[in-house]
Amino acid sequence: MNSLTSMTHNRLMERGWMARVMVKMAELSKVILLPFIGIAIFLSVWTVTANSIETSLGQFPGPVAVVTQFENLYQEHVNEREKAQAFFERQETRNAARLAKDPSYEAKIRGYTGKETFWDQIVTSLVTVMSGFILAAVIAIPLGIWMGLSRSLQAAINPIIQIFKPVSPLAWLPLVTMVVSAVYVSPDPIVSKSFINSMLTVTLCSVWPMIINTAIGVSSIDSDLINVSKVLRLSAITHVQKIVLPASIPMIFTGMRLSLGVAWMVLIAAEMLAQNPGLGKFVWDEFQNGSSDSLARIMAAVVVIGFIGFLLDRGILALQRWVSWDQ
Amino acid sequence: MGNFHQWGINMTWATSITQQMTKPLILGITIGTSLCIASANAEIGYPEKEELKFGFIKLTDMAPIAVAYEKGYFEEEGLYVTIEAQANWKVLLDGVIDGRLDGAHMLAGQPIAATIGYGTQAHIITPFSMDLNGNAITVSNDVWAKMKPNIAKQADGKPVHPITADSLKPVVEEFNAAGKPFNMGMVFPVSTHNYELRYWLAAGGIHPGFYAPHKGDTSGQIDAQALLSVTPPPQMPSTLEAGTIYGYCVGEPWNQQAVFKGIGVPVVTDYEIWKNNPEKVFGITAQFAEKYPNTTIRLTRALIRAAKWLDDNNNANRPEAVKILSQPNYVGADYDVIANSMTGTFEYEKGDKRAVPDFNVFFRHNATYPYYSDAIWYLTQMRRWGQIEQDQSDDWYKDVAAKVYRPDLYAKAAQSLIDDKLIPASAFPDFSTESGFKAPQTHFIDNLVYDGNQPNAYINSFTIGLKQGDKL
Repeated sequence: MNSLTSMTHNRLMERGWMARVMVKMAELSKVILLPFIGIAIFLSVWTVTANSIETSLGQFPGPVAVVTQFENLYQEHVNEREKAQAFFERQETRNAARLAKDPSYEAKIRGYTGKETFWDQIVTSLVTVMSGFILAAVIAIPLGIWMGLSRSLQAAINPIIQIFKPVSPLAWLPLVTMVVSAVYVSPDPIVSKSFINSMLTVTLCSVWPMIINTAIGVSSIDSDLINVSKVLRLSAITHVQKIVLPASIPMIFTGMRLSLGVAWMVLIAAEMLAQNPGLGKFVWDEFQNGSSDSLARIMAAVVVIGFIGFLLDRGILALQRWVSWDQ
Repeated sequence: MGNFHQWGINMTWATSITQQMTKPLILGITIGTSLCIASANAEIGYPEKEELKFGFIKLTDMAPIAVAYEKGYFEEEGLYVTIEAQANWKVLLDGVIDGRLDGAHMLAGQPIAATIGYGTQAHIITPFSMDLNGNAITVSNDVWAKMKPNIAKQADGKPVHPITADSLKPVVEEFNAAGKPFNMGMVFPVSTHNYELRYWLAAGGIHPGFYAPHKGDTSGQIDAQALLSVTPPPQMPSTLEAGTIYGYCVGEPWNQQAVFKGIGVPVVTDYEIWKNNPEKVFGITAQFAEKYPNTTIRLTRALIRAAKWLDDNNNANRPEAVKILSQPNYVGADYDVIANSMTGTFEYEKGDKRAVPDFNVFFRHNATYPYYSDAIWYLTQMRRWGQIEQDQSDDWYKDVAAKVYRPDLYAKAAQSLIDDKLIPASAFPDFSTESGFKAPQTHFIDNLVYDGNQPNAYINSFTIGLKQGDKL
């Protein structure tokens, strides 16, 4: 009897363990298997459709062509770095030769004059988008807080925001370009005009969602909190620091996520149109080249643009989790 | 836009300009002196500005710049050059004017137009002419099908060349009768392509339209039977494919690309419209040349060497050049597409590949020497189509040419290359006797003769176009 009970017990235990494994498996399949199936289906649909689209530049690139181009782009990057190395060596010899002849010469090492590789352009784009976004945040968050605190300011500024928010970067760009060329004049500029152009365009387009969300976040703070602040007679600055900011962080971050998404989209368009260095220019240049590899290279850039956009969004999300202690 | 009354004021600007303007009159003396200077101090000083940025448009005739970079000619002059593709000719010109670019691959008409104030006013000069020929006119497959019955056939069934616009005329008339505009693309209002397309159309009796800048009309479509508009070179094939235009005139590789893509047929090359016509120039601002004289001579030296390399040993280096140009940061089109025109052949209708050894000339026939007569030809066409709205004297044409085209700088650079034994003197014109005017040229598709010394007489010889005394 005893042994029988223990056997049943064991079996029950086993069954419980099995069930747990099943649940785990189901969870795992949701996280790994389903996305995997999704991607597999997408890739096969892509391959089949690509095979049936014939453009004047040859067949539309399938996944294999794109992977090949990733390899090419990487190889080009490596080759360009080798060329850069040789360039610097030649430059040093030349400088030394000139110094021997002309001792008063102030030899200096100039930057590499060759082309920007795909990886350089990714870095340029990231730097530009982050600069534009940070500038937008520096303007938008204080302004949003102020608007959230003062109904009258909100009433005054709101129409302006509502009008400018839907404006496409393509409309801003010519204005920005002309103003920057007129205003930003310096014989030895620290950063190039093209960088300022794309950065400001990004700022102009990504500032609005941040202002709106911050203002909404601030104006919808729990009235109990405000009363506490009133009772304690907190100064304006302490009120913002201790009450307003912590309470509106979630909304501010929602605004920042929206803005960063906008910023990244805008940047690609701005680079494309204004011929500013970066991924957008890469796409445009390849389109202009019209070689038989162009479409696959553009598709490679599309994948990279999407992936970076995804990473940026995750990055902000992680930052939000880290900043807001209540979640 | 352009205002030629400004010219009268410009004339009195500064004495330095006035001095330059008298140059053609005392040309022999000027070149004589510059020669003396060149041989007296054959050693050219170090460049005043070492880091330079040059712009270009994705066309095969930017090759001298790419070659000078890749072959290290710029570096040998102590110049560290960055080369940057530009979106269109307007962006490129503005870049040179506002100093974002130090120099650029330009349409021959651009420095001339900028200097006389048609479009953006700026004093741009050229010490170096980049190439001869290199353009073609392409029409869409449909238009070609309609033109073909009007063209005589050779024994082998292929069309007799050169194809004149006479065969296009009935097609244009059919469009006009049906009330449909016959749209064509060219790359810029003062581009070689605009003038070549107009020349070809007008020689076949099709009116390409007048400009009237004094009335604010810069569309160039007054009285036009064929409506010409601007499209950037690399976008020509896709614009044709989209059906927005029925034909275009552009440089390579964009005609060969139409053949390659199967969307159009090149019907005539500019070599057939005007044999060995001057094409692009290297443009810098007058201030740049004044501020950085050594840099100017040195960059000219590098470009001359690159151009010579491109033509050396009967085009033996062309395949290597094509490989350089097919890199995505230069022209970026497929090797085969670029090679089609760069290696001495030209494919018209698919399969109709003919030898055109001089389709792209970079150095031979003194291609790099900036002839005054070349500048004057462009000015005559600007007057013919109304971009220059009023009559000008023959001397005016020569003065403008001397202000923009600077064979003195070229001679100095060339002489130093001769002294350094890098290039033999026989490769250049004889600078002691060269007047800067080519002998009267006869090889035009309509058999008219062009004498650069008599611009007004030349203008009067056209059937279609403004003549002396005409005003819109």
